[in-house]
Amino acid sequence: MSENKKFVQGNEACVEGALYAGLDFYAGYPITPSTEIAEILSYRLPRIGGKFIQMEDEIASLCAIIGASLTGRKVMTATSGPGFSLMQEALGYAVMAEIPCVIVDVQRGGPSTGIPTHGSQGDVNQARWGTHGDHAIIAMTASNHQDVFAVTVEAFNLAETYRTPVILLFDEVVGHMRERLVIPEPGVIPLVDRLRTSVKEGVDYHPYLPREDGRLPMSDFGGVHRYNVTGLFHDMWGFPSAEPKVVHGLLHHLVDKLENRTNLIARYKEYYLEDAEHLLISYGSTARSARHVVENRRLRGEKLGLLELQTLWPFPENLVREKCAGAKSVIVVEQNMGQILREVKLAVDEPQKVFLANRIDGVFITPADIMNIFRLIQGKGV
Amino acid sequence: MAVKDYIRERFFPHLWCPGCGHGMVLNGMLQAVEKLGMSKNEIVMVSGIGCSARISGYVDFHTLHTIHGRALAFATGVKMSLPELNLIVPMGDGDALAIGGNHFIHAARRNIDITALVLNNRIYGMTGGQFSPLSGPGIRATTAPFTNIDYSFDVVELAKAAGATFVARTTSYHVQQIADVIKKAILHEGFSVVEILSQCPTYFGRKNKAGDAVDMVRWFKNNTTPIGSKAKQENPDLIERGIFVQTERPEYCNEYDKIVEIAKRGRN
Repeated sequence: MSENKKFVQGNEACVEGALYAGLDFYAGYPITPSTEIAEILSYRLPRIGGKFIQMEDEIASLCAIIGASLTGRKVMTATSGPGFSLMQEALGYAVMAEIPCVIVDVQRGGPSTGIPTHGSQGDVNQARWGTHGDHAIIAMTASNHQDVFAVTVEAFNLAETYRTPVILLFDEVVGHMRERLVIPEPGVIPLVDRLRTSVKEGVDYHPYLPREDGRLPMSDFGGVHRYNVTGLFHDMWGFPSAEPKVVHGLLHHLVDKLENRTNLIARYKEYYLEDAEHLLISYGSTARSARHVVENRRLRGEKLGLLELQTLWPFPENLVREKCAGAKSVIVVEQNMGQILREVKLAVDEPQKVFLANRIDGVFITPADIMNIFRLIQGKGV
Repeated sequence: MAVKDYIRERFFPHLWCPGCGHGMVLNGMLQAVEKLGMSKNEIVMVSGIGCSARISGYVDFHTLHTIHGRALAFATGVKMSLPELNLIVPMGDGDALAIGGNHFIHAARRNIDITALVLNNRIYGMTGGQFSPLSGPGIRATTAPFTNIDYSFDVVELAKAAGATFVARTTSYHVQQIADVIKKAILHEGFSVVEILSQCPTYFGRKNKAGDAVDMVRWFKNNTTPIGSKAKQENPDLIERGIFVQTERPEYCNEYDKIVEIAKRGRN
C-alpha cells in the first residue's frame, strides 16, 4: 500500500480527517467505543507540535477544547453516549458563545451505560435537543471510512464558517469496522480557516457584532483585542445583557445562522432515486445494509432507491420532501425507535406512507431484516 | 499603569451588594497585576458562575465567563494551548469546591501553571443564601433552616493534598496581604491556590447574625493570625493566614513540551 492508503478502523479515519482539516488540540476522556480516537491522537498530535490532554471527565474535555479554540486552534473531543450526556451543558455554552469546535459521538446502545460494545443510533435526538434552551446545531454522520474522513473535514469547515460546535454522530459499527481509506493529498479537499478580524489594535472591536453576511470575525485570546466571552445573553462586546431586544436578537441570530442555511449545510448521497417507487432513507452504518437491499433488488428489476443522509441536523426537510414526493412508500432504516422517522414524517406530504425498519437489540440490522419489513409493508408477509 | 487602567469602566457599576468583600479582592488582585507590570494582553481571566465569577467582566483582560464549576477546565485548555499566557481563575466556594471540586483537585494534581483564587464567603450568594461545602456545621442558610450538618472542606489542606505547589490564605481585612500573596501566586510556576475569606453580609451575615460588613471584616481581623504565630499556639481556633506551601514540581505544560520533543524525535 502506498503511504496515503490505509486499512483502518472508522475511528482512525475520523482522526485522519481531523488532522487533514488542521486539528491541533484535542482533549478527551476514555470511553468505549470512541477511545481509539484519543489513543491515536495522543501519539499523532505531539509529533506535529499539537496538543493532547486527557482530562478528568467529559465535561472538562469539552470545556478544555472550548478554551483552546479561543486561542485560535482547531479543536476536537470524542466520546460516546454517557460522555455525550455529560457534555450537554458545555455544548450549549459553545452554541451561545459561538465557539468553533468538533464533538465526536461514537454512538453505543443506551440509555445509561446501556450496551457499550454494540452499535446504536440512539443519540440522534440528543444531538439536536440535548442541551437546554432553543438553539440550532449541526450534526453529521457517514456510513463508510472514506465518508467518515470527508465529513470530519467538513465538520471542521462548518465549525469555522459558522462559529458553532459541530457534532459527528458516528456509531460503534462504523467506528470499529476496518476498511480501506485513501487519504487525499493536501489541498484536494478545501479547508476553511478561521475568519479573523481586520480591526486594528486600539480600535474598538465588537466580537459579537455580525458582519453583513452574518459572520463574526474572531480575535484570538492573547492577541491585541481583549473582550468578554460568556454563556449569558450578551451584547456586541460580549457583556451580559438582559435587554429584551438584545436577548431576542441574539437567540434569532444563533438559530437563523444555521436554520436559514439548511440547504447549504445539507450533505447526502443518493442511489437510484430517479425512478424509485420505494425509497429507503438511512444514515451512518445502517445505510450500508439499506444500500445492499437497493442494489440487490434492482438486479431483480424492483425500483428501490436510497437517500443516505450525511447531515442530520439541521434536518434537510425540503430535500427529503422533494425526494419522497413520487414514492409509493418511504422506509426509514435506523438503529433506534424512530428518531429520524419522526422528522421524515413531518417533512413529507403523505406521512402515512412512511415506515420504520429498525433494530434496537444491539445487533446490526441486516439486508434480510430490511427486506422482511419491506415485504410486510407490501402485505406479502415474511 | 494605574489600577483603574485594568478596569472596564464601561461595564460599571458592578452587581455586588453593598458591603460585599469581592470588590476588595478585585482591588488586591489588580494591585498585584500592577506591581508585576503585566501587560493586559498576556492575562486571561477565566471564571465560572456565581457572584465571584462576575469579576471577569469588570477587568480589561481576555475574559472567559464560563459555566458553573468548570472554570479550571476551560482555563486548562487555554493554558495548555498557549502556555505563555497568565491564567487567573477567581471562583466562589461552591463554584470551586462543590460542583467544581473534581476540576480543582485535578488541576492541582497536574500542577498546571494557573492562579486559582477561592473567594470564600461560605455561602451561595447568587442564588440567595444556600450553604456551601465551606459553610461548616452549625451555620444557618436558606437550605439549612435548622443549622447545617455538613462538615466543611479546609481549602488549604485540600489543595496541599491534591498537589498544589503554592497555597496561601488571607482575608478581605488584610488588603495588602491579598495583593502580596496574589503577586507571589502569579509569579509561582505551577498550580497556585489563594483562599481569600470574603464577607457576604447580605446572606451569610444576615442568616447567622454576624452583623454588618464592618463586623464581618472585623471578625476576620480578630479570628485570623499569621501562620505559626504565638497567638495560634494559645488559641488553636484561630485561622492561620499566609503562605502554607511554596514548592517546586515540574509544571504540566513544560512537561508536555518535553513529550513533544520526544514524539518529534520518535519512531516513523
